Amino acid sequence: MAQVLMKDLNKKYDEVHAVKDVNLHVRDKEFIVLVGPSGCGKSTTLRMVAGLEEITAGEITIGDRVVNDLPPKDRDIAMVFQNYALYPHMTVYDNMAFGLKMRKFPKAEIAKRVGDAAEILGIQELLRRKPRQLSGGQRQRVAVGRAIVRHPQVFLFDEPLSNLDAKLRVQMRVELKRLHDRLETTAIYVTHDQVEAMTLGDRVVVMKDGWIQQVGEPLELYSKPANRFVAGFIGSPAMNFMDVAVTDAGGALWVESNGLRVKVPPVHAGRLGAYRGQHVTLGIRPEDLRVATGADSGDYAFDTVVDVVEPLGSEILLDLKAGDHALVARVEPTVRVKEHEQLRLALQPERLHFFDLKTELSI
Amino acid sequence: MGRVSPDTAAVHAAAPARVTPARARLLVRLRSRSAVGIVMTLPLILLIVGLVAYPFFYAIYLSLLNKRETAFVGLDNFRFLLTRDTFWLVVQTSFLFTSLAVLWKAILGLTLALVIHTLPPRGQRVWRGLSLIPWVMPLALSSLGWWWIYEPTHSALNWVLVLLGFSPKSWLAEPFWARFSVTLVNIWYGTPFFMITYLAGLKSIPQELYESSAIDGANAAQRLRYVTLPMLKNIIAITLLFSTIVTLATFDIVRVLTRGGPREWTHLFGTYAFELGIASGDVPLGAAVSLFMFPILAVSAFFILRGIRRSTS
Ligand SMILES: Nc1ncnc2c1ncn2[C@@H]1O[C@H](COP(=O)(O)OP(=O)(O)O)[C@@H](O)[C@H]1O
Ligand SMILES: [Mg+2]
Repeated sequence: MAQVLMKDLNKKYDEVHAVKDVNLHVRDKEFIVLVGPSGCGKSTTLRMVAGLEEITAGEITIGDRVVNDLPPKDRDIAMVFQNYALYPHMTVYDNMAFGLKMRKFPKAEIAKRVGDAAEILGIQELLRRKPRQLSGGQRQRVAVGRAIVRHPQVFLFDEPLSNLDAKLRVQMRVELKRLHDRLETTAIYVTHDQVEAMTLGDRVVVMKDGWIQQVGEPLELYSKPANRFVAGFIGSPAMNFMDVAVTDAGGALWVESNGLRVKVPPVHAGRLGAYRGQHVTLGIRPEDLRVATGADSGDYAFDTVVDVVEPLGSEILLDLKAGDHALVARVEPTVRVKEHEQLRLALQPERLHFFDLKTELSI
Repeated sequence: MGRVSPDTAAVHAAAPARVTPARARLLVRLRSRSAVGIVMTLPLILLIVGLVAYPFFYAIYLSLLNKRETAFVGLDNFRFLLTRDTFWLVVQTSFLFTSLAVLWKAILGLTLALVIHTLPPRGQRVWRGLSLIPWVMPLALSSLGWWWIYEPTHSALNWVLVLLGFSPKSWLAEPFWARFSVTLVNIWYGTPFFMITYLAGLKSIPQELYESSAIDGANAAQRLRYVTLPMLKNIIAITLLFSTIVTLATFDIVRVLTRGGPREWTHLFGTYAFELGIASGDVPLGAAVSLFMFPILAVSAFFILRGIRRSTS
């Protein structure tokens, strides 16, 4: 049981500065997820914690030890790889036992730990098989089993579910969460899938180009994104962004552009005042849009033309045009619209997001 | 298998609108995958028959004739060989030579491959290229070079030995050292083949296995034992088999360095067959000697291939 501290962590390859000034405190027993687009430095960060990559600058502490100069085996971590990295010539049992064998555990203890782990993961019947005789999901379980028999201080996962099909991925996601609740071991989990990040993480770290963009609990990232990148990355379908001008009319602030005119709600008016006469980016999540009724105030509604209708059963996604802007709305499955029809949409004023055009920071 | 595969379907679709009956039959034939396969491999099959099967059966035929090739003598040539001490010496030399040479080629090739594999990519290219030189040089030529090195009075090897305070040796004249010298040249010549094959094998081992074993706590020796060697097992088996075949058939080195001497101590099947068949003019007896290689190779191929099949099924 241990916390992990990363202080001013940097990694430079010959030409790539892969990880930049990462500061992160992973608390004891916490399940933290690093998420971001491919190439943003998640794996590199994780591998520096594991000891598989040299640290260019900065410091990593696991528990109360600085581990910069410790080899992987002395860091008391266990890692699950994307391609499972099972030893193909060993049985499942030997795969799981290997780390303990190398550490000279007595045979009986090894057998007990492997047995326990196999039971937790439901793979008792597979112990005599070789990896190639297993399905993808079973291999994944063995890889997890190999990690948990060691009783490490920290689990490291590098995209462990991305080789599974969609259905299995959802199932394993739930199992991993349950497993973490049971073992209460600190875990750092890397994924490019924001849904995985949101569902698994106690806290989520969003990365881009080697920088940390934001650290927070899932719902915090969703409702209070620190910048335009996080706002667009978290949530599916992605947030709609529109370039709008901030204007002053009738004692209130408005944002407007061709085909769209919305009053700035009081919660945002204070901070947006400084942008009077300038342009900002307006962000609206698809789920914060709905079909307007007669009762909706004209201040928070606008006209659109339906472009594409995507019925998903539980909801309908509408691709719409509002003036020059293309946007997506997520509406009730009962809505009946056809392509090319006019549709008036209403929005949730308190859920609007505004971003500085240059810095892209949340306003 | 039951469905028409896309490529044959395309053949079908591309057929002209008016199809004569003969043409239709041809198309039906072509639609069978195995027929196409046989037609396409026919040139290769003919080549193999011409270059391998024909000489093989011709050698069997020859070995059953008398010295002047005028009469059929059954297995007399084989029986005669089994009574000859020289033949048994050749058997012994061939076994010793092949097993020691193959073993050392494999050990040195693996060691070299492991060392080169740890170098940065640019260094790898240079060393890989350099270490291939013995293998790409014409063997008859490099054997001549070695003959100079072994030459007793004026050569480098003895000169170095004397410089280091040892007494010079007549490398190719003493039975033990002659066998040693011949084996050494074969090792020198064949190691690059093992090296390059094992290097390719090493590159195909997923890096993650080493990372995983590093986290698991395996040291370098344990990584070699538990990851590298098991992952290379099949390649090792194949190279051993392949090398056994070509090593047992060694000819140039012995022919150039010793001609089988001193007193037949370095004769292998190939050179002994040549000696009897061509130099002494008893072609059937030479053919009989060379045919003794076949059962030896067949048995070793059987065991090695069985090992591979076991480990992969
Ligand atoms: N061994 C390496 N040598 C050079 N560049 C690397 C190496 N490993 C990763 N990189 C680069 O570092 C950046 C971050 O990579 P990585 O951490 O693997 O990203 P991801 O977030 O997809 O896991 C990428 O631009 C990648 O190309
Ligand atoms: Mg990655």
